[in-house]
Amino acid sequence: MTPIKLTTPLADADVEKLRIGQQVLISGVIYTGRDAAHKRMVDLIKEGKENELPFNPKGQIIYYVGPSPTKPGKVVGSCGPTTSYRMDPYAPELHRLGLKASIGKGKRSPEVIDAMKEYKAVYFAAIGGAAALIAKSIKSAKVIAYPDLGAEAVHEFVVEDFPMVVVNDTLGGDLYQEGMRIYAVK
Amino acid sequence: MCMESNYNLGEDVIRAIKKGLETEASNTGKEILQIILKNAEIAREEQAPMCQDTGFTVVFLELGQDVHIEGGDLYEAISAGVAKGYTEGYLRKSIVSHPLDRKNTGDNTPPVIYTTIVPGENLKIVVCPKGGGAENMSAVKMLKPADGVEGVKNFVLEVAKNAGPNPCPPVIFGVGIGGTMEKAALIAKEALLREVGEKSKDPAMAAVEEELLEKINNMGMGPQGLGGRTYALAVHINTYPAHIASLPVAVNINCHAARHQEVIL
Repeated sequence: MTPIKLTTPLADADVEKLRIGQQVLISGVIYTGRDAAHKRMVDLIKEGKENELPFNPKGQIIYYVGPSPTKPGKVVGSCGPTTSYRMDPYAPELHRLGLKASIGKGKRSPEVIDAMKEYKAVYFAAIGGAAALIAKSIKSAKVIAYPDLGAEAVHEFVVEDFPMVVVNDTLGGDLYQEGMRIYAVK
Repeated sequence: MCMESNYNLGEDVIRAIKKGLETEASNTGKEILQIILKNAEIAREEQAPMCQDTGFTVVFLELGQDVHIEGGDLYEAISAGVAKGYTEGYLRKSIVSHPLDRKNTGDNTPPVIYTTIVPGENLKIVVCPKGGGAENMSAVKMLKPADGVEGVKNFVLEVAKNAGPNPCPPVIFGVGIGGTMEKAALIAKEALLREVGEKSKDPAMAAVEEELLEKINNMGMGPQGLGGRTYALAVHINTYPAHIASLPVAVNINCHAARHQEVIL
């Protein structure tokens, strides 16, 4: 299967064409965040301070990752995806503001899947544990917010051909269920 | 030891993944297994952590009863070693000082240390950095003795199904049966120290390991839970005597970055 190449910010039309199981190579700017950063961002939204968010979510992608420290001479440390369900309580709010995709690993809640259908967003899985390899597709990295959170700070990554697969699409499809259905031995 | 275990994936894990590659039915699954092997190669070459989650540092000590340690507190020395390894080795600091306040300790301390006193004059140290993703999908259940081996099997399968893609499959299952609640959990974790795929010495338990491995893989979850037949690389069972009223079962899951380093002093 030839992977689909996409560049951020994502256009609605490109996102709506994606289907579960498709391999995608992402290039451009993406943002990182884990539980602690999500909590701060969603608190800001609830307080009506959307303009104070570290970045405008519209058309953007958030990557659930807490990189290991950067070795001298390197762009970034190892940085594979963390488990996504911990961000489930926060994800719908960000999709409502136009976030087009998240990257992580593992199942999403029905609420997040519904929010992705409603706001036309997708969920990508990167390969959990392939952290040294994933670091190769990251061309630059800087912390743009919450440096006090250490590895959990919000980073801006510039990525080139970052490989991932579509797990949930805008139609509500779920590759985890579909993949299991195909390969289960009856 | 902290650095080495995080940079170099064990040969036993690599062998098990290669074996999975031969039998994997899904093309995506095969690609994922190849990527995991490639990732291990890069980590080894560049001496970089194979996974960004460089874990909670779990340390198993076997202290010979004839050993006398001088010059300070052994646990403090281990803690200092962890801090040094995680700082100098560019490993992620993933420990918060209180589970509710959640302030990072900044040097990955404290470790979790288990000590056993054994005959002899050696000190064996096993360091196992344990990732949070797979740990979060682990579970303990107090079964009734009447539930028997079928109850144990059903619980392990239920834990596997519930874990799905979350713990970074292909994974290894450590199962502890018997003892008290915490003993079951501890022997489940110890089961993860076994070389991947090494069978239980108890033939009855070895048969259960084999049956569970087949049943788990037949669920079709596959590598990364994206579909396939290589969800688990191995199931390792440990048992301990139990109370007449109890049948505790613990399932501890380890991700494919199954790290451990051993030294005997």
